[in-house]
Amino acid sequence: MASPKQSGNGSGTKWTPKQPMVSVKDLHKSFGDLEVLKGVSMDVMKGECVCIIGPSGSGKSTLIRCVNALNDIQSGSILVEGQEVNDPNLDKLELRKKVGMVFQQYNLFPHKTAIENIMMAPITVLKQDKDEVAEYAKKLIKKVRLEGKENSYPGELSGGQQQRVAIARSLAMTPDVMLFDEVTAALDPETVKEVLVTIQDLAEEGMTCILVTHEMGFAKEVANHIYFTDFGLIVEHGPPSTFFKNAKDPRTKEFLSQIL
Amino acid sequence: MSGNRTAGISHEQHMDVLLPLARQQRSQAMIERLEGTFRLKVQPHHAIWMFLLFVLAVGSAQAQAPKELISPLDALIKWTPFILWGPEGGLTGFSLNIIISFFAMLFGTVAGVALGLMQISLLLPVRRGSWIVTQFFRNSPWLVLLFTIMLLFPFEIDLGFVVIPVPDWMKAVIGFSLPVMANISEVVRGAVRSLPSGQWESAESLAFNRRQTLWMIILPQCFKRMIPPWINWYCILAMATPLCSIMGVEESVTYTAQALNAEGDRPELLPVFYIFLLLIHFIYTYPIARWSIQLEKKFAVKL
Repeated sequence: MASPKQSGNGSGTKWTPKQPMVSVKDLHKSFGDLEVLKGVSMDVMKGECVCIIGPSGSGKSTLIRCVNALNDIQSGSILVEGQEVNDPNLDKLELRKKVGMVFQQYNLFPHKTAIENIMMAPITVLKQDKDEVAEYAKKLIKKVRLEGKENSYPGELSGGQQQRVAIARSLAMTPDVMLFDEVTAALDPETVKEVLVTIQDLAEEGMTCILVTHEMGFAKEVANHIYFTDFGLIVEHGPPSTFFKNAKDPRTKEFLSQIL
Repeated sequence: MSGNRTAGISHEQHMDVLLPLARQQRSQAMIERLEGTFRLKVQPHHAIWMFLLFVLAVGSAQAQAPKELISPLDALIKWTPFILWGPEGGLTGFSLNIIISFFAMLFGTVAGVALGLMQISLLLPVRRGSWIVTQFFRNSPWLVLLFTIMLLFPFEIDLGFVVIPVPDWMKAVIGFSLPVMANISEVVRGAVRSLPSGQWESAESLAFNRRQTLWMIILPQCFKRMIPPWINWYCILAMATPLCSIMGVEESVTYTAQALNAEGDRPELLPVFYIFLLLIHFIYTYPIARWSIQLEKKFAVKL
C-alpha cells in the first residue's frame, strides 16, 4: 500500500493502519453565505464500509467531496492516511492517487471506449507499462462483470454498465479509499442492484469505502457504520444493528420512518 | 440567463402546445450564446428564390435594353470569365475571393485557437489579456479593421538582405484574419465551457493534472463541437471578402465594376451583374453552409 506523506502532518507521526484511514474533525464548509457543513467529525478505519445517509441538502455529498479536495474547506481538519487535506501546500495529485471517487452521473469520458476509460489514468498519471495496465484493466472488467463490453463507448452502455465502468476506472488507480457519491441515484431500480453488488464485492474484499446513499437495504446489510446527517451536522451514528433499531434522535426516527 | 429560464418554465406551465418550439428555441439560443454568433440557416427553397431573382433581373433587363446594343445576357456571358478569374485566366476575380478567405481562415484559426486557450488559462493576466484582445477584435467593424491594416501595413518588408513585397490581397488576408481570430477564440472558449463540469471533476479525481485533462479529455471532446461553428464562420468570412474591393483589391466586385464600366455603365446592366455576383457567392457558400447544418445534426445526437 502507498506510504503516507509526511508533509503537512502536524504531529509528524507516521500513519499506521491502526489509526483511522480517514479522519474528519470539526469540518466547516460554506458556499458563500450558506453554511453547508457546521462542524462534522467522523472516523473511518481501514477496511471499513461507511454509509452516510440523510435528507437532500444535508451536506452528505459536500462532505465526501471535501475528502478528495474537490471542494476546499473553511476550517477543520481532514486526515487521509495521516495527510492533512486542509493544507495550502497539499499535493492534490498525490492525495487523489490514494482516494478514488465515483459520481452520480458516471462522468465517463465519452470519446473513449470502456477499456480506454479504465486504462487512461494509470498510463498517463502513474506512468505504468501499457501492457500491464491492459492486463489489469481486463481483470477489472471481469470483476465488474462487463466482459464483452471492453470496446463499447459509454454512449452504447446502459446507466448501470456505465457506472460499473466508472468503478473499474477508479479501481485501476489502486486507491486505498473509495468514495461513492450517490452512485445509484440516477439508475433504474433494476440496474441499481448490479452496481450495489459490485460495491458489496469491494467492501467484502476489504476496500475502505465511504458511500453517500439512499439505499437503506444496502446500508443495513453491508455497512459497518452509518452516519446520519441533517442540516450540516452528524445527528447520529452507529453500527447498522443499533442505528436502525434503536435510533435515539427524533430527526433520525422521523427520517427512517419516512424511508423504511 | 435566469430571466430566460424563468420565461421558459412559465411557457411549459401554461402553454404545453408550444413546448417543443420553446425547447428548440431555447437550445438554439444557448448554442448561439455559447458561440457568440448567429447561425446561417440556409434552406433549399432559398436556392430557388435566389435563382428566380436572377431570372427576373435578366428578364427585365432584356426587356429594357436598347436593341442596337449588346443584350444584357450576352454581356454577362462575355464578362463571366473575367469576373470569375480575371483578365489572364489567373487567380484574380472571384477566385481571389476564395484565396483570401482560405488564407484568412487558416491564419485566423491558428491564432484564434491559441487565443481561445489563453482565455481559459488559470493565470489571471493571461485570461484577462486574451479576453480583452478577443472582445476588441470581435466587436470592431470588419471594414474598419480592414482599412486600418491596409493603410498601416507597408507595401514591402525590408529584411536587410531581401525585400518582401506585400501585395494588397495579402494585407486583406491579415485584415480579415483578425476578426476571424477573435471569433474562433470565442468558439474555443464556448466549446470548453459547454462540456459538463463532471468531466473536469472525474479527471481531477483520477489525479490528471490540468494540462493532461485539457489535452486528453476536454479538447478532444470539444473538437467535434467546434467544427460546425467553425464552418459557419468560414461562410461568413467568404461572404465578407468583397469588402476589400473598396481598397482596390482585384477581386470579383472590383472586376464587376470594371466590366460594367467597359460596357458604358448602362443602368439596365447593373442589377443583372450584381445579382449574378450574388448568385456566384451563394453557389459557393450554400453547400458549405448546408454541410455545417448536417454535421451539427449528426454531432448533436451525441451531446
